[in-house]
Parts: sequence; C-alpha cells; structure tokens
Amino acid sequence: MTITINHFLILSFLLFAIGFFGVLVRRNFLTVLMSIELMLNAVNINFIAFSRRLSDLTGQVFSVFVITIAAGEAAIGLALTISLFRQRKTLNVEEANTMKG
Amino acid sequence: MKDLLWLVPLFPLAGFLVNGVLYLISHRTRGEAADAHGSQGAPALAAAPAPSVHGENPAHTHAGSSAHDPAGHSPIPLKTAHTVVGTVSVGLSCVFAFLAILDVGIGRLSEGAAHVVTLYRWLPLGVNQAVGQVHGPAGEWFVDAAFRLDSLSALMIAFVTFVGFLIHVYSVGYMGHEEGYGRYFAYLNLFMFSMLLLVLGANFLLLFVGWEGVGLCSYLLIGYFYDRDAAADAGKKAFVVNRIGDFGFILGIFGIFSLFGSLDFGKVFPAAAAHPSAYAPYLTLVCLCLFVGACGKSAQFPLYVWLPDAMAGPTPVSALIHAATMVTAGVYMVARCNVLFRLSPDALLVVAVVGGFTALFAATIGVAQNDIKKVLAYSTVSQLGYMFLACGVGAFVAGMFHVMTHAFFKACLFLGSGSVIHALGGEQDIRKMGGLASKIPVTYRTFLVATLAIAGVPLLAGFFSKDAILAAAFEAHFASAPWLGRVLWAAALFTAGLTAFYMLRLVSLTFWGKFRGGTEQEAQIHESPRSMTVPLIVLAFLSVVGGYVGIPMVRGGDRIGEFLHPILLPLAGAGAHTAAHEAAASTEALLMAASVAAAAIGLALAYVWYAKGEGAVPARIAARFPGVYRAVSNKYYVDEAYDSVFVQGLAKGGGRFLWDFDATVVDGAVNGTRHVTVGLSWLSSFFDQYVVDGLVNGVANTLQAGFRGFRRAQTGRVQNYALVMGGGLFCLVAVYLLFR
Amino acid sequence: MNTLQQLPILSIIAYIPLAGALIIMFLIPKEKTGAIKAFATAVAALDLAVSLPLWFSFDRAKAGYQFVERIPWIPSLGVDYHFGIDGITLLLILLTTFIGVIAIYSSFSAIAERQKEYYILLLLLQTFMIGTFCCLDFFLFYVFWEIMLVPMYFLIGVWGGQRRLYAAIKFFLYTLAGSVLMLLGIIALYFYNTTGFLGYKGLGHAATFSVPKLTAVAAAMPPELQVWLFFAFFFGFAIKVPMFPFHTWLPDAHTEAPTAGSVILAAVLLKMGTYGFVRFSLPMFPEAVKTPWVIGTMVFLAIVGIVYGAMVTLVQKDMKKLIAYSSVSHLGFVMLGIFALNMAGVQGGVLQMINHGISTGALFLLVGVVYERRHTRMIAEYGGLARQMPIYATYFLIMALSSMGLPLLNGFIGEFSILQGAFAKNFWWALFACTGIVLGAAYLLWLYQRVFFGELSNPANAKLPDLSFREQLTLAPLVVLALWIGLYPKPFFDVLRVPSENIVRSVGGATMTPPAYAGAPGTGIPAAGDLAPAAPVPAVR
Repeated sequence: MTITINHFLILSFLLFAIGFFGVLVRRNFLTVLMSIELMLNAVNINFIAFSRRLSDLTGQVFSVFVITIAAGEAAIGLALTISLFRQRKTLNVEEANTMKG
Repeated sequence: MKDLLWLVPLFPLAGFLVNGVLYLISHRTRGEAADAHGSQGAPALAAAPAPSVHGENPAHTHAGSSAHDPAGHSPIPLKTAHTVVGTVSVGLSCVFAFLAILDVGIGRLSEGAAHVVTLYRWLPLGVNQAVGQVHGPAGEWFVDAAFRLDSLSALMIAFVTFVGFLIHVYSVGYMGHEEGYGRYFAYLNLFMFSMLLLVLGANFLLLFVGWEGVGLCSYLLIGYFYDRDAAADAGKKAFVVNRIGDFGFILGIFGIFSLFGSLDFGKVFPAAAAHPSAYAPYLTLVCLCLFVGACGKSAQFPLYVWLPDAMAGPTPVSALIHAATMVTAGVYMVARCNVLFRLSPDALLVVAVVGGFTALFAATIGVAQNDIKKVLAYSTVSQLGYMFLACGVGAFVAGMFHVMTHAFFKACLFLGSGSVIHALGGEQDIRKMGGLASKIPVTYRTFLVATLAIAGVPLLAGFFSKDAILAAAFEAHFASAPWLGRVLWAAALFTAGLTAFYMLRLVSLTFWGKFRGGTEQEAQIHESPRSMTVPLIVLAFLSVVGGYVGIPMVRGGDRIGEFLHPILLPLAGAGAHTAAHEAAASTEALLMAASVAAAAIGLALAYVWYAKGEGAVPARIAARFPGVYRAVSNKYYVDEAYDSVFVQGLAKGGGRFLWDFDATVVDGAVNGTRHVTVGLSWLSSFFDQYVVDGLVNGVANTLQAGFRGFRRAQTGRVQNYALVMGGGLFCLVAVYLLFR
Repeated sequence: MNTLQQLPILSIIAYIPLAGALIIMFLIPKEKTGAIKAFATAVAALDLAVSLPLWFSFDRAKAGYQFVERIPWIPSLGVDYHFGIDGITLLLILLTTFIGVIAIYSSFSAIAERQKEYYILLLLLQTFMIGTFCCLDFFLFYVFWEIMLVPMYFLIGVWGGQRRLYAAIKFFLYTLAGSVLMLLGIIALYFYNTTGFLGYKGLGHAATFSVPKLTAVAAAMPPELQVWLFFAFFFGFAIKVPMFPFHTWLPDAHTEAPTAGSVILAAVLLKMGTYGFVRFSLPMFPEAVKTPWVIGTMVFLAIVGIVYGAMVTLVQKDMKKLIAYSSVSHLGFVMLGIFALNMAGVQGGVLQMINHGISTGALFLLVGVVYERRHTRMIAEYGGLARQMPIYATYFLIMALSSMGLPLLNGFIGEFSILQGAFAKNFWWALFACTGIVLGAAYLLWLYQRVFFGELSNPANAKLPDLSFREQLTLAPLVVLALWIGLYPKPFFDVLRVPSENIVRSVGGATMTPPAYAGAPGTGIPAAGDLAPAAPVPAVR
C-alpha cells in the first residue's frame, strides 16, 4: 500500500493525543516534560508531511525551528525541574501551586 | 665682574635656602614616628619620643631624643653652620656689590651709565600691534628678569649690603640665646635677597617682586616670636597694611604699562621725559597710585600704623628692616620715578604734604612714648616723612641722601637700643632704666653719637642731609599754593626741634641719672659681646662721617648730588615742575642757622627738663593739659579708630553680615527651592494617592467584588489549566464540525 | 611626534583609568587593600606618564585642535566620537592627570572603609574628567559632563563628613539643574543647524554635534538668539564655576567631601565651568558677549564674587569652609580675566585656573593632614602648630602665599595678568578687583596665625607628628610646580597663546592689550579725558 498523507496525520494525531494525555494526567514533572516533547514532535511530523505534500520548504524550515526551540525548552524545563526539586524535594507538579489565585 | 651683578641677590638667596633646609632637617624629628603611627591617632603616639614644647633651643630640644638626626648630637656645629652661612652669604653679597660698582666705575655711574644684566624673559604681557614711538616696536610685550645698576641702585646696594652685613654680625651675638636661630638667619637672608631684588630690579614688576618679598620677610620676622600674640598680630597687621599700599602700587604699575607699553625703567622714563606734555595729564593718577604703595611700605600718614607695632620683632630686625632698608623702599621708588612725579605737580604736592605732616605728626607722638623701641619707631616714621617731604619739593637727591645717612644713624640707634635691652635682660621701658652710661660705655657712646647725628648737630651726618631737605622745602614753589613751601619748611623745622628734644629725652632717661630698675637686675647689667659692639662702632663712625659726601656751599663738596644727578632726567619742553631752585648762599646760611637753632633748642630743653629737672616740668605740662597728653601718649587713638572702623567694622562686621546673607538669603534661596519642591512633591503625592490612584483602585475593587467567583477556577495546577484548554479546543472543533 | 600623532593618544589617556578601575573591580578582591592602593596609584602614575609626552610634542604655533580622533558614532544623529585638544585643554588634562596621582596617593591613610569602591570611583572620575576636556562633540561632551557627577556624588555621599548626604544631594541636584539648561541650549543649537525651532528657520545643514562646526554656526546667529543661548549655557557653567550667586553648593560639597574629593573638586571640577566659558560661551556667542549689559553683568558678578567671597572667607571658623569660600573669590578672578576679553585677561584667566588647582588643591591636602590627625576642621581647635610641626607649617605658608598671590609664586602671575587685562579694559574693574588681593592676604594670614602662631594651648595638639614622608611626597610636587610657574611662566604662556588669540579674536577683542587711556603722540589713539568709565578703545578693536 502506499503511504499517503493521511497516515502521517493519523500518526501525528495519535502522538499528540498521547502527549496531551501525559501532560494532563502525569504528576511527575519529568514525564510532563517528555510528554511536551512528544507533542512538539507530533507537530513536526505534521509540518513535514504538509511540506512534502505542498512542495513548500517552509514547513521543513519551521520544523527545524521547532526542534531548536524544543532543545531550549528542554534545557529550561530541566533547569526548572532541578530548581523545583531543590526547593520542594519533590517532582510532583501538584506541589507547584503557589500561583493559585 | 659687573655681569655677575645677579650674584649680589643670589648669595643671600642661597643662604636662605641652605639655612632654611638645615633648620627644617634639624627639626624633622618626629616625622618617622608620624609614618608609623599617623593613622592610629594619639594613643599610639605616646610611644613616640615626647617633644619638649617649651625647649629653650631647638638643638637642645632634640639633642638626646633622636638618633637619626645627625645635627642632634652636636648642636654647636649646627649653630655655627647657621651663623657662617647667614653672615658669609651677605658678606659675599656686599663684596660683589662693591666690586660690581667699581667695575662699572663711579665716574661712569655719575655720568648716567646704567648696566643692565638680563637673566631671562619672565612674563609675557601680550602682543603689541599698535606701532608707535612710545609703545615700542611691534612684537611681544614682556617683562624680563633683569637687574639694573645705575647710580641710584648703586647707592642703595652699597649701603643695604653693608648695613645688612653689620646687622647680621650683630645678630650673631644678639640672637645667640634665642630659639630658632637658624630660622632667624634664613628669614634675614631671604630679606636681603628681596631687598636687593627691589633695588636692583630693572623694571617695575621686579621692583614689585622685591617689594612684596620684603613685606613677607617683614611679616615673618615681626612674627618671629610667634608664641606671643602681640608679635603674630603685629606681623599680620604689617602685611595687611602693606597690602593696602600694594593695592595702589599695582594699579600704578598697570597704569604705567597702559601708558608706555613697557615696565622697563630704561624705556619708561626716557619716554616720559621726551614727551612730557603728552603724558602729563595721565600721570597724576598713576603717581598717586604709586605713592599709595610708597605710603604703605614707608609708613606714611594713613598707613603708618604698622611700623610701631612692628617693634614686636627682634631688635636687629627693627634696625635692618624697619629703620635702615625696607622702609626706605618707598622713598627709593618715588626717587626712581622722579620723572613721572615731576610731570605731575599735584602728585608732588600730595607727596610733600603727606611727608611733612607725617614728619610732624609722628614726632609729636614720639615725645610721649616710654618704650625705647617705640620712640625710635616713631622717630623713623618722622624721618621717613622728611624724606618724602624732600621728594615732594623736588629734592629727590636730598631725599636719597637722607635715606643713606638715616640708615647709618637709625641702625646705630636701634642696635644700641638692642644692646640696652640685651643688657637689661629684655626690659624696654625707659622709665625703668637710667644711669646706664657707666655700665655699658660702648653702647652709650655710640648711641649718643647717633642721637646727635639724628638731632642735626652740625658736622654730623644728619645735619647735612636734613639741612638739604629744609633748604629745598624753603625754596619750593608750588604753582597751586605758593605759600605751601614755607609752611612745610616751618613744620619741618619744628619737627627738627622735636626730634632733637625726644632723642635727648631718650638718652637722658636711658643712660643718665640713677638706675630705676631693681637691684637684682642692676647687678646683671653687662656690656654686649664684641660681635654686637663692633657693628655699633662702625655705624657710629659712619653717622659722623656719612654726611661729608654732601657738603653744601662748597664747590665739589656735594659729591652725592653729582653722583645721583643722572636719575634726574632732563624734561623736554616747558611747563614741567622744576627741581628745587638753587638757593642763594646767604639764604642757605640763614636756613642752616635756623635749623641749628631748632636742634639746639630741642636738645637744651630736653637736657634741662630731663637730665637736670628729672622730668618735673613735663609732668606738670602733662597735668595741665591732660586731654592733650592722653591723646598724644595714646598715639591719637588712630589704631583704635582703624580697628573699630576697618577691622571690626568693615572687614569682620561686613564679613559676618555677608556670611549671614550667604547662609540665609543666597543659600536660603537654594534651600527654599528645595523646600518648595519637596512641598509640591508632597502635594502631588497626596493627589496621586487619593485622587488618581483612588480612581484606579475603585475600578479594581469593583471588579474584584464582581469576579470573586472566578478565583475558584484558579487552582494553580498547570494540568488543570491544560485540561480546560484542551476541553475548550475540543468544544471549538466540535462546534466547527457540527455547524460547518 | 608622528608616532604620537598616529596613536589615539587622547583616548588612551582617557581610558587608562577606566581600564584600571575595571581591573580593580573584577580582579582584585576587596580584602587586598594594599594591592588596590598600589595598583590604583600605578594606574594614575601611568596615566600621568602617558600624558606627559603631549606637553613635548604639542605644536605651540598651530591653530586648531591637535591629536584629533574622529569616528562616527551615531550617524543618524550626526554624533561623532570626536577627541582633540588645544593649548588650554592640554594644560587642563595635564593638571587632571597630575592631580589624579596626588589625590589617590594622598588617600592611603585617610580612607579606611570600602577602599575598593573608593579607588574605583576615583579612577572612573578621572576618565570622565579627561573625557570632558578632550571631546569635541556636544553629545559626547554632555554625556561626560553629566556622568562626571556620579562618582563625585558617591565620593561625597559615602566617604564624606557628617552632613555628607545633604552636601552630596545638593551638589548633584544643583549642578544637574544647571546642565539641563545647557542641554536645552545644545539642542536648540542642533536644531538651528538643521531644521529650525520655535519660528527660527533652520540652516538645513546635515545634522551634527561637532563643536567646531556648531561654534561657527552659533557665531553667525542673530544677536538676540545668541543672548538667549548664552544664558542657557551660562547657567550650566556658572553653577559649576561657581559664580556668585550660584556658589552655595560649593562650601558644603568641599567641606563634607573627603580630602581627595575636595582636592579634585577644587583642582579640576570647578575648572569645568570656567573651561566652558572659554571653550564655548566666548567663541560661540561673540555678539552676546559683546553686548554691554551682558558683559557688564558677567564682570559685576565676577567682582562681587571676588570681594564677597573674600569677605565671607574672613569670618569662617571651619578651615575647609574657609578655603572653599576663598575658591569663590579666586574663581571670580578667573571670570574677570576671561571677560576682560583680551589676551592678558584670557591667558591670565586660564593660567589662574591651573594655579588655583595647584594652590587650593594643596591647601585642601594640608587641611586633610591635620584633619586626619585630629578629626576636626575647626580653626579654634588649633593654634601654635608652628612649634610642633615646622615642616607642615612651612608647606602651609608657601601654599598660602601662593594662594594670596605673592610674587615668585604661581598665584601672582595669574592675578597680575588678569588684573592687567581688566585694567586695560576698565580702570574701575581693576580697582575693585584689587581689593580682593588685600582681603586675600587678610583671611589667609589670619588663618595662618590662628592655626600656627600663639601658644600651643590645646593639649590634644601637643603630640601631633609632623608630615610623614608620604605626605611630603604628595605636597612637594605642588610646591615645585608653584615655584616653576612663578619663576618661569613663559612655557605656559607659550602653550596658551594661540588658543587665547583665537578666542580673543573671535570676540573681536584686540589680541594685544589695548591701552586703557593713552594720549601717546603718533599712535592715533584718542586721548581719553579721564580714567572714568574707560570703554574699550575703539581704534584698537
């Protein structure tokens, strides 16, 4: 069978959904971060698929941007994680609720 | 040799530097301690060798205290070094002065030769673009550091260095026991340097430099015993009063520069002499300004007050600075500028009147003084008045002649008084003296000779010079006041009588009769050492023979007149004030007789009243006219008036007023701005807090109350928010799909 | 000379202290005070050493600026990084580097706390001062002029005396207020050159802040605009000088500042104001300066400053305050010289700026010496020190004499030249100004008498140590310089001659000193009837 764009979109959707689910339900900060990475990569697949389909390189360029930013996001996220752990001795996101109004 | 003229002032300068540095090094005892403990305050310093505050002698003070002071272990060589450096430098200066004069030649000097030695270009004064014969060639205007040897400066350096040297020698004996011996010689050498700069300077600016320099040394030496408030006060007073004079002098210098485009004697005076009518209208003000300077330095009427106070300094200083040399600088300056003064009859008139008045005024004060040095001080003021009188009536040569003879006999008198004070262990009140003639014979004899010389006894030095002045005053003709010459003559004649009177009063109270002090004191009276008596004898000798260079009425007798004649440049054109007329021989003889008579009356009266009558008659006179006596003995209250008007009133009162003004009004405006600004800020802050911010807060409060419910939703958990977000997205997509 | 001309020597001189400050800031820990002191002194000495070749390779005969550096900085606004000096700034820069060494070296024992910050601030201040003197771009000038206040503010506010905060804030705000008006003037000038403002039609030139260019533009402005702008600049400069009646910040700042701060304040910072008049006000606004009422006001304020300052000085009880007020009097002389608008006056005025830096700087150092030992500045606390501290007394006497203008010392040369210039312009100016000389002698001698003469009655003074070797080392160079200027001032006049000529020519004055009154035959100068208000002689102008 030929792989059409629909396959990519489905894969992308599944990955995104898994990531989003992870973000919502997991309590561990690290897992949440990994889930976010998952979502970003889902978006990347989407970009590249459409880029291929429309023969427009912009999408691929965007995906490179996203990868770069994802790296930065991971670094900052990990730094925050460490900082949080030092302060609270836990990685539970439930504890990080001082912003509560 | 004449090109080495600059060495004449340089020797004393070198002496000053060596003595000053030696003195400071020998006093640098606690300096090392300061390095170690400087920042730690007093407690740490207690460990440092305790300085002896009231040490008699600096060498003695640290003889045992400091190991790193080479002079400290051997105080005698240090003192000897000071002595040798101090006296030898002045001696060398004297030798070189005479050598330079002889090298140029007395004959050539009296023909008007002037030898100028230029050292370097000193002060540029702008660029001259106006080309004119009087303003000099186009180019740069400048003042040179240059020395000028002509007949006038030759006369001055000759007697200044010679008398100066004698007084240095005298000081070795007189100051031997005093603390700060080295400091004394350093100052004295600096004085010699400044004085020589003053008389040798080839332009007005260098003259002014020396002028200020001698003022400074006078300040330092008057305040030599700086522990005593009176001495410190007197020094300051001398300097400040002199500064008032300098104020005029410097304005005069500016005037001369503006008129002539130069300050060089060699340019200014010939230019003035060549174009008298062009310059004459402007010269009155310039000359008056210059004369204000002369009044300050030479202690003339309104500005004489510092000189009597200056007697707080050591006696040799009084002899050197305040009798023989510095105070005659004003006369020297006026004589130097005689061309300018002769072009301005009004200025000459002022000079003559001030001189004549001062002579009389000071002589009357001298009559009632009881301090041996104060009598001599007022006598000096009076004699300086004579010199100015001479200048004022156009007899500049006679004035300079009197400067010279006065230097001899007044130096002798001051040094003699110093010897008396020395013998009595510091006593200066003549009421506590008496009968010293037999105990200190050398001092007595020299003092008596000098007294007779100043009194104008025939054939002594003062007779010739004073007589020349009296004759010139008698013959003087002032166009605006023809009678003035005779009035001045009468005043001067009366002054001559007064001078003879108070001087013999001084002699009789000091040396004749019985000793009026304590017996203990009497036992200690001793003649001064050789270093003091030899200068006295030399000066007494000069007081006798010093006048023979100016014998009147004899052909070839008036040597000094011939020698100084070149300073009186002939003025081109008519209308200028001419010098004193040549008096007829018979008139001159008559005048001479009158002055001899005045001196004789004065001497006789003093002899009868004080030597014979033991002061009974003067006491009765004083009792009869208590007001007059009180006024005279209190010096007419001039000091008090000056103090209350100028010092307390204008200077301090004005200063205090302005200080209040400054603090309250000027600074008040600044601080007021601050207060107003702060007040406005406070108001703004009020407005901001309650009105502007009130509005904002009102809105905020309303909203807060209205939306309290929404706070529930703010769990603070990111995941809750994300869930809501996801839900929202889901709804949106659902709506979109459903209602597409 | 050529190598020196090629190097950016002025920038090097200006930024050596900045580099030193950065090195101290980042590389030397604050505990190592000895190293900080030694390094700061070395940096200042290096700066002096680098600045000295300027004196030798400076071309005295050349008009215009030398050692020029010019790099575009903000091209859209026409702002350049533009450095260059003439004879006047040469002397001022040398004075700054010279005083810089002395100020740092003299602080070794006076400053005990926060030493690191102190030396950093002193070095920064030096960079800013040199920058102000060097720069030839109004934008840059204003930047340096303002930023200079910051280190001084901290020096007074942190290491000062008891009322230091009051003094520091007053100093800062007062001078700031003045310079804001100056900024307004600069902006007006900028727009006059380009697009115009407030109904004045602009010249439409390319935007620039260049001092030489804007000077030429300003000099051609209509007279009434010149007067406005003259006064805009006037406030900036007059407060800095300070001229009467803008002087009241000075005594407070001087009194409360630490010794080195007072020295720099007196020696260099006050010169900024007079420098501004010489460099900007005179050449830029010649028509305004020549307006009789303007010049009358300036001279009146100068003379009032001379006499008033001296009178107020007379009654001071605090040594530092006394010397501070004497500065008001001395700077009145400088202003009088500058506004005499002739060679003698301007040259004398500029030289007197240097002289005042030397003499007053030394007097502040000297007061600092006893303040360090006794922690009081009250004159009444002293008396009879001549016996205990003869070397100190000698130095003090020399500097007091220099300050009161005794011949053969530096003060006389400046005062004489100034008064001669004033006399050439107007007899009465010289007459009134001369009273300052008399009063100057009175207050200084009275101070000297009260501190050094009389009995040594206060036991606290009985064991004061005389000057240490280091203290003498800080004072001796000043004495040498005072004697040099007094004995042989010609080199200084040579340096000042060309720039002064330019300034005098720009205000239309005669570069020679015109005779105030002269009926000299053959000169064609009309004879003035009397000395009264002798207006400048028209024939010579």
